[in-house]
Amino acid sequence: MCVVERQRSRSQRWLNRPAGFVFFICLFLIAANQPSSAIPAFARKYGLPCSACHIGWPILNVFGQQFKDNGFQLGNDRDSPIYQDPGYWPITFRVTPNWHVESQTKVGIDTLGTNIPATEQTVTTTGFDLSGLDIWTAGTLYKNISFSVLPSMGEGDPFHFENAWVRFDNLFKTPWMNLKFGKFEMDFLLSEKRFLTLSNVGGSWYNYHFLPPGDSNGFEGIGDNQLGVELAGHSKNSYARYSIALLSSVDGNPGFVSGFQPGTARTYDVFANVNEGFQVKGLGVQRVGALGYWGQSPTYFLTSGGTPVEAQGNKSFYRVGAYGWWFFKDLDVETLYMHGQDNVFLGNGIPANDPGSLPPGAAGPSWNGGFVEAHYTVNPQLIFTGRYELVHMSRQADPANPLNLGNVDSFTIGYRWYPIMFSRGGLAFHNEYAQAKTGRSSIITGSDQTSRSVMIGFDFDY
Amino acid sequence: MSVRKLILLVSLVLATFPMSAQEAHVGSLTGHAAEGKKLYRRFCVGCHGQLGDGNGENAPWIDPRPRDFTAATFKCRSTPTGTLPTDQDLYNSISRGFYNSNMPHWDALTDQNRIDLVAYIKTFSARWKTEKSGDPITIPPEPPVTAQSITHGGELFQKMECWKCHGQQGRGDGPSAPTLTDSKDQPIRPYNFAAGGDDSRFKCGVTNQDLYRIFMTGVDGTPMPSFADVIQPNDAWDLVHFLRTLQTNRHSRENDIVHKKAAESNSGSGN
Repeated sequence: MCVVERQRSRSQRWLNRPAGFVFFICLFLIAANQPSSAIPAFARKYGLPCSACHIGWPILNVFGQQFKDNGFQLGNDRDSPIYQDPGYWPITFRVTPNWHVESQTKVGIDTLGTNIPATEQTVTTTGFDLSGLDIWTAGTLYKNISFSVLPSMGEGDPFHFENAWVRFDNLFKTPWMNLKFGKFEMDFLLSEKRFLTLSNVGGSWYNYHFLPPGDSNGFEGIGDNQLGVELAGHSKNSYARYSIALLSSVDGNPGFVSGFQPGTARTYDVFANVNEGFQVKGLGVQRVGALGYWGQSPTYFLTSGGTPVEAQGNKSFYRVGAYGWWFFKDLDVETLYMHGQDNVFLGNGIPANDPGSLPPGAAGPSWNGGFVEAHYTVNPQLIFTGRYELVHMSRQADPANPLNLGNVDSFTIGYRWYPIMFSRGGLAFHNEYAQAKTGRSSIITGSDQTSRSVMIGFDFDY
Repeated sequence: MSVRKLILLVSLVLATFPMSAQEAHVGSLTGHAAEGKKLYRRFCVGCHGQLGDGNGENAPWIDPRPRDFTAATFKCRSTPTGTLPTDQDLYNSISRGFYNSNMPHWDALTDQNRIDLVAYIKTFSARWKTEKSGDPITIPPEPPVTAQSITHGGELFQKMECWKCHGQQGRGDGPSAPTLTDSKDQPIRPYNFAAGGDDSRFKCGVTNQDLYRIFMTGVDGTPMPSFADVIQPNDAWDLVHFLRTLQTNRHSRENDIVHKKAAESNSGSGN
């Protein structure tokens, strides 16, 4: 926290100097006058500026959403690889070197030489860092057969597939029938794979990943890509859309990994989304939608020689929500309401074959949450963002717990400046501050904890 | 100063402002160039360039080259050859996109966005300040498709030497095809009627009315001339009916008649 304040005060002093302030303004004026053009893969293929498909990369605009829904096809006879230069290789690399500060209050600190926390204090770390590397390739194998493969890896992280799918588009010659198979992002407009924030604290939507303290649900959230099959459709302009997906209950982990136990998954989840768009004269396309995720997660495992071999005691959970995306010319505002509930056994982390271990009065935990996130697009190369998000418990799994245990209140502000946007490479300067307060989560005093992130980085791909 | 002089002065001042070039009108929509400029920068500048001259960053890799708005020469019009298109024509072009080019259809944009873009596109050429759009041509009602109309259309196809560019089978492989260039001296291919199936599209539309309009107005900036002074409306419809038969992979009334006639001919010769 001290570092954060020091940085702020430095910035404040710098901005207070007339010369510094003028330089700052000039920097943005230069940004406002750069020609806007394209970023890799699809931009290279079609010769369109990246801003044609993105409000601010990677958020899709109406045109980009239509392109994606139509199986990465514009319908202008330039869609199939057979029309491309044989040397064309639809691949994009993305990496984000950055400097960041992470701070958390009321962290339990062990007594020297023990593993027993005895005091609480604020812990702050800072330094230069590197994100993982995304190697993304996507496009059309043939007319109306699209694909995406995104291997990802980071320092210390295992190589994994962020997504890998094939999609059969416009089945029966209608945009209302598209079938996707593999590992893919959940199909709804407010996708966590397409938002602007990157920091540790602000780099996810809490509503999409929330679990109450003590909950053993292996499902990490609808913000994650999942394995399964999806039927989706849309109107010609993609204003009206639907999707329904049957998913393995493995939270997107290949190898039947469920509840962090390999080889043990044996059930399926369902995700559904529907949304509608409508024009408001002079403002833009307004969107409203609803989504739901209904799934099961194991509460214990059959073992063989101590190794889990089959999930048992699957118990249910669900997440439902409604959202709106409102456009006021250059300002757009995303709003989400979400409700979640887990089974009592999941909520208390108790195996379903041991109901006697449930605490007195135990119940399935439930919660409500939502966010408001705004983006102001100064021009295609400069976008400001701000978000307020909360998740509040409405019922604890163990009634002995205080009702606000696990509550999350957070906000994030930032901007992205794209000084370079060419069809063969792009660079974004990313600056973000995020803060989140978690209710009663400190392990010694049971008081609220606050986490903060400051991030400055260069997000580039080519 | 008298009231009359004051009105005259105000009129002169207003006349110096390119008001008509700053706005566009389609139905109840009014487009504004200022709004269109922002949209143009987001969606169009990569190909058409900041100056609207078709020299955007990606233009060198695009075939056919992006339209040069500074010349105010537009392929798809409802107006006679050589005249400026209507706002509706430009609006339709943006909404529809162009077959066999990199220009996609922008129908996902709002109606207001598209008319704003039209208003901005009109600021690139001084022609919009000094000339009015042409009057849309009149398209008479389409007569019934008959074997006779198709046959007559085929005769016109030969007589007007359409085959020289489009080829006898309409495959875009006529003897003149390799030599054709557009107004920017870029090589250009004649339309291949035989390509595609039921989803076949022309450069400027998909319907019979669109096809009629294309060869009666011409495709300005290309070697495709206007035939408005050469053939009469009824003859033009016959030509439309014949051209549809060149789209051999497309289901149509014209092809049904041709197939039926061929079947009758075969059964007759078999007897």
